[in-house]
Amino acid sequence: MWGRLSLDALPHDMITIGGVVGGGLAILAGIAALKYFKKWRWLWTNWLTSLDPKKIGVMYLVVATVMLLRGLADAGMLRAQQAVFATSDNGPISADLFQQVFSAHGTIMIFFVAMGALFGLLNLIVPLQIGARDVAFPLLNSISFWLFVAGMVLINLSLAVGEFSTAGWLAYPPLSGLQYSPGTGVDYWIWSLQIAGIGSLLSGINFLITIFTMRRPGMSLMKMPIFIWSVIGCLLLVAFAFPILTATLSMLSLDRTIGTHFFTSEMGGNPMMYVNLIWAWGHPEVYILILPAFGIFSEIVPVFSKKRLFGYTSMMLALMAITFLSFTVWLHHFFTMGSGANVNAFFGIMTMVIAIPTGVKVFNWIFTMYRGRVKFATPMLWFMGFVVTFTIGGLTGVLLAVPGIDYQVHNSLFLVAHFHNMIIGGVLFGFFAGVAYWWPKFTGFYLHEGLGKVAFWCWLIGFLVAFLPLYALGLMGAARRLDGYDASLGWQGLFIVAGVGMVIILAGVFFQIVQAGYSIWKRDELRVGSDPWDGRTLEWATSTPIAEYNFATLAPVTYRDDFWEQKHRPELKKPTALIEPIRVPKNTGIGVIVGLLAVVIGFAIIWHIWWLAIIGLVTTIVLIITATLREDTERIVSIDEIMAKEKRLRGTSA
Amino acid sequence: MSTPRLIEQKFLDYKTSSGFWLYLMTDCVLFASLFATYAVLHAAIAGGPSASDIFELPMALTETIILLTSSFTCGLALLALRHNNLKQLIVWLGVTYILGVSFLTIELSEFGSLIQAGHSWQQSAFLSAFFTLVGTHGLHITVGLLWLLVIVGVLFKRGITPKVKRQLMLFGLFWHFLDLVWIFIFTVVYLMGVAA
Amino acid sequence: MKKSRQPFFTPWRIAILACLVLIIAGLGTFLLLDGKNIAVLNPRGIVADKEKDLIIFTVLLGSVVVVPVFIMLFAFAWKYREGNTKAAKYTPEADGNRVIEVIWWGIPLIIIGVLSVVTWTSTHDLDPYKALESDKEAVSIQVVALQWKWLFMYPEQGIATVNEVRFPEDTPVNFTITADAPMSAFWIPNLGTQTYAMNGMSSQLSLQAHETGEYRGSNTNINGEGYSEMDFKAISTTRQEFDLWTKAVAGSDKHLDWTTYEQLARPSKDQPVVYYMLHQPKLYDMIRGKYMDMNSASSSKDSSGTMNHEGMH
Repeated sequence: MWGRLSLDALPHDMITIGGVVGGGLAILAGIAALKYFKKWRWLWTNWLTSLDPKKIGVMYLVVATVMLLRGLADAGMLRAQQAVFATSDNGPISADLFQQVFSAHGTIMIFFVAMGALFGLLNLIVPLQIGARDVAFPLLNSISFWLFVAGMVLINLSLAVGEFSTAGWLAYPPLSGLQYSPGTGVDYWIWSLQIAGIGSLLSGINFLITIFTMRRPGMSLMKMPIFIWSVIGCLLLVAFAFPILTATLSMLSLDRTIGTHFFTSEMGGNPMMYVNLIWAWGHPEVYILILPAFGIFSEIVPVFSKKRLFGYTSMMLALMAITFLSFTVWLHHFFTMGSGANVNAFFGIMTMVIAIPTGVKVFNWIFTMYRGRVKFATPMLWFMGFVVTFTIGGLTGVLLAVPGIDYQVHNSLFLVAHFHNMIIGGVLFGFFAGVAYWWPKFTGFYLHEGLGKVAFWCWLIGFLVAFLPLYALGLMGAARRLDGYDASLGWQGLFIVAGVGMVIILAGVFFQIVQAGYSIWKRDELRVGSDPWDGRTLEWATSTPIAEYNFATLAPVTYRDDFWEQKHRPELKKPTALIEPIRVPKNTGIGVIVGLLAVVIGFAIIWHIWWLAIIGLVTTIVLIITATLREDTERIVSIDEIMAKEKRLRGTSA
Repeated sequence: MSTPRLIEQKFLDYKTSSGFWLYLMTDCVLFASLFATYAVLHAAIAGGPSASDIFELPMALTETIILLTSSFTCGLALLALRHNNLKQLIVWLGVTYILGVSFLTIELSEFGSLIQAGHSWQQSAFLSAFFTLVGTHGLHITVGLLWLLVIVGVLFKRGITPKVKRQLMLFGLFWHFLDLVWIFIFTVVYLMGVAA
Repeated sequence: MKKSRQPFFTPWRIAILACLVLIIAGLGTFLLLDGKNIAVLNPRGIVADKEKDLIIFTVLLGSVVVVPVFIMLFAFAWKYREGNTKAAKYTPEADGNRVIEVIWWGIPLIIIGVLSVVTWTSTHDLDPYKALESDKEAVSIQVVALQWKWLFMYPEQGIATVNEVRFPEDTPVNFTITADAPMSAFWIPNLGTQTYAMNGMSSQLSLQAHETGEYRGSNTNINGEGYSEMDFKAISTTRQEFDLWTKAVAGSDKHLDWTTYEQLARPSKDQPVVYYMLHQPKLYDMIRGKYMDMNSASSSKDSSGTMNHEGMH
C-alpha cells in the first residue's frame, strides 16, 4: 500500500532530527503568525494565486532566500567537518551524512537559490524593462513558479522522510544507479530536479515569447536594454539545454525504477553517456546563471557612472557569442575520462575562446566608468567586487581549460574554489547588486546603504578568505568532497582559515537580513520617488508603487535609453499615447494546485506508491483540461479606474 | 467583432503559436537526446537480440502509412476549419482520431509481443533505448489523442470559437511534428536497424 | 536619501578594515603554506614537471590581461569618482570607440591564440595514453579501484598489492586502470595526471618518478561512503630495491585468485597494505570482463566516442 515507505524513513541522527525539528517549528510559527494576524486570505488572494509577475517575482526571491539559508547551513556543516572533525573518526557528522549534505548543498544552491533568484529577477524586471504590461502567458508563469516550489518542497522533504542522494550534485552513475544507491536519496534528487526543471523550461519559453512579441512599440532589438539581451541568451540556453536534462533524468529514473540499462555498468549500459548528457545540460546551465548577472552589471555601471554603456554592440555580440559557445565545451568537465588528445585539445581551446567575449565585456564595463561620474552606492560596490573575484575566477578557469593542467587539478579543491569563484563572485554578487539596485523601484524606499556596505565587505572578504585557501589545498593534492583526511598532511590550518571565511560570509548574510529588516522598519526615512538612481531604462519611467498593469499608456520609444533621453533632453517632444481600458489576468489557484499535485506525484514515485502516483497524474490531467477550457480569465480595468489609480500612485510618490 | 478585439485576437494567435513553436523546438531537443542515446546504445545488445532480429518492416511501414494519413486528414480538418464547416471538421477530426488510435494499437501490440518473447527493456541497453525512444513518441501520440477528444468535445458544445480555432491550429502543428519525429524513428530505428 | 548622524561605518573605514582583515588572513595563510607541501608545484616526475610549467606559463600569460584590468578598474574608479568633478572629464554621451573596442577584441584574441597553440601541443605531449619514452624498460602495473581501496597487480612480476604501489625510479611506469566500483579517479599529485577508473573500461596512464621517494596517491572521484579513505602510498625505489621487493612478495604465502579477489572486493574501509602472490595472471581481464561479458563484440563503450583509445595498449 505505501510502497517503500515505513517508519524507518524517519531521521535517526541528531543533526537531521535537529534540522527537521527546526524547520518544522519555523513552519508552525509561520502558520501561527498567519492565523494570529488573520492574514490567510490576504496571503491567498494577494500572493499565492496572483498572476502578476511582480508578485511571482517577489515570491521566487523569498523562496530563493530561504533556500540560501538552507544551503549556507549545509555549507557551514561541510566547513565545520573539514576544519575541525576531519582528522578524527568521531565527529558528529558521519561520512554518509556528509555526502548527503554536499549533494544537497550543490543541488539547492544551483536549482533553488540561483535559478530561483534568476527567475525572480526576470519576473520583476523583464516586463517592465521592455515596457510591457505582463508576460506572454500569465497562468503558465504561475504554474512554473509552483513547480519550482514543488521541487523545493521535495528536496527538503528528503530531510524528514527518507534520505538524500550521496552521489554529488550531478549524481554520476553507476554510483547513482540502483546497484550502489538502492535507497530513496537519488530518487529525491531526480524528482525534485525534474519537477523544478520542467518549471524552468516553461518559464524559459514564456519569457522568450514575452521578449519577442511584447516589446514596447519602437523598441527594436538593438534598442533593447542590454539586460534583455543577456536574458535572451540565458533563455535560449534554457530552451535548448533543459530538455536534455529532462531526458537524462528520465532515463536515470527508468534505470532505477523499471530496470532499463541506460547507465548501468552491465547489460550494455553506458555510464559515460550520462556524463556526456548531464554536462551537455550542465555547462550551458552555468551560463544560464551568469549571463543575466552580466546583464545586471551592464545596467548598473552606466546608471552609476551617469554615462551611456560603452560598446553596446560589442556587448550584445559578446553575449550571443558566449551563448553559442557554451554548447561547445561540455567535454572540459571530464578531460580525465580518457578521450583522445585531439578531442581534449579541441574542447580545451573552445573553452578558452569563451574568455575572449567575456574579457571584452569586462573591458567595456570598465570603460563605461571612463570619463563618467561614478557613484559608489552598494550596487556599484558589488560590481567592483565582482570584477575582482570574477577576474581571478576567469584566470583559474583558463587554467582548468588547458587539459594538461586539468589533468592535475581536476576534481580537487582547486576546481571547487574555481566554480565558487564564478558562482559567488559572479552570479551571486550580480544578483545582490540587482536586488540592491531594483529594490527601491518595487518598495518605494532604499535599502540602508551603510548596512549594505558592511554586508558587501563581509561577503567579499569572507569569500576570499574562504576560497583562496581551497586553491592552495587543491594544489596540495586535496580532493573535493573529503569528509576526512590524515592529520599528517598538514591541511588542517588552511581548512580552518576557510572555515573562518565561511563565518565572515555568514556575518555578511546576517547584515543583509538586518539591512532588509531595518530598511523596512525605517522605510519612512528611506522613502524615495519612482526614479531614485536617475535611471535610463523603462522600468524607472512608471510610478512607484507600480500599478498591476505596469504602464497606464504604451507610448512608443525612440532611443536606446529612451527614459534618460526624455529626462535630459528637454528639446525632445514627448510622445503621447491614449489611455485605453487594460485587460489584466484574474487570480487563479490553478498554479498552486498543480504544484501540490507535483509534490504528491513526485513523492509517490520516489516511494513507489503507484496508486497515488496514478491518482495524482489523472487529477493533474483533468485539472489542465479544465484550465484550458476556462473562460472569463481577465478583468478589464476601465479608463476611469486607471485615471484614478494613476493620480493616486503618482501623487503619493512624486 | 470590433477592430480592437480582432487585433487582440490576432496578437493572441501570434503569441500562442510562437510559444508553441518554441515548445516544439524544446521537444525536438528532447527527442534528439533520446535519438543520440539510441545511436550510442543500439549495438549494446548484451547477448540479446539485435535490431535486425526483432524488427518487422511491414508492421513499421503500416504504422508509418497510418500516421502519414492521419496527418493528411488532420490537414483536411484544418481546411474545413478555414471554411467554417463544423460538420466536415468534426468528421475529419474523427478520422484522424481513429487513425491515431490504430497507430497506437499496432505500436502497443508490437511492444506486447516483444515483451512476451522475453525482449523487454530490461534485456539490454539497446532494448532500453528502443522502448524509451519509441515509447516517448507513443506517449506524445496519446497526449495528442486526448487533446483531440477535448477539442471535439468543445466543438460540440460551443461550436467554432476563436479559442478552439487557436487550439486546432496548435494541435495541427503538434500532429505534424509527431509525424516528422516518426519518420526519423522509422528511418533510424526500423529501416537502418533491419538493414544492419 | 536622508543624511542622518554620521554612521560608524563610513565607506573608508570599512575599506580600511577590509584591507586589514585581508592582509592578516593573507599573512596567516602564507605562514600555513609549507612550500614543499604543495604537491602540484613540487613535482617529482616528468609528467608533473611539464604540468607545473604549463600552470606557470598560463598564469603569466593570463596576467597580461588580468593586471591591466585590475589597474584600470581601480584607476578609473578613483579618477572618475563622483566627488572628483574638477579634475576629471565627463562625457555622458560617449558610448563606444571603434579603435578601443577592436583592441579589446584583439588582445584576448591574440593571447588565446597563443594559448591555443600551447594547448594543442601540450595536450598531445601529455596524452596519458602515450607511453613515456625511455631507454629503460617500462614497468606495467594494473590498477583496480575497489570500494574503498586500490588493488595493484604486476603481471610481469606475478605479484599484487593493496593500497601501496612500488616502482623503480627514473623508469616509465605504465598503469592500466579499471574499476570494480562506482567511477573513481587515480591521482598521484607529485607525479602528475589523474585518470578516471571505470567499470569495464581500461584507461592508460604513463608516469615516471625522477628519484626515490614516497608520495601520496588518492581517489578524487566520489564512489561511496569510504571515498575519503581511499589513499595509497606510491613508493619509488631504486631498481635494485624494486627487484628484491618483487621477489620477496612473489614468495608470499598470500595468493590472489578469483576467490580471494571476491573477498577483497567487498566494500571495506581502512584497508591495510597487503602483499599477494598473483596466482591468477588474467585476473585484471576477468575483473573487466565482469562488466563486458554480456556485450557483443561491438561494445557500446567503443561507440561513445570518449574511449577511442580502448585497447591501444
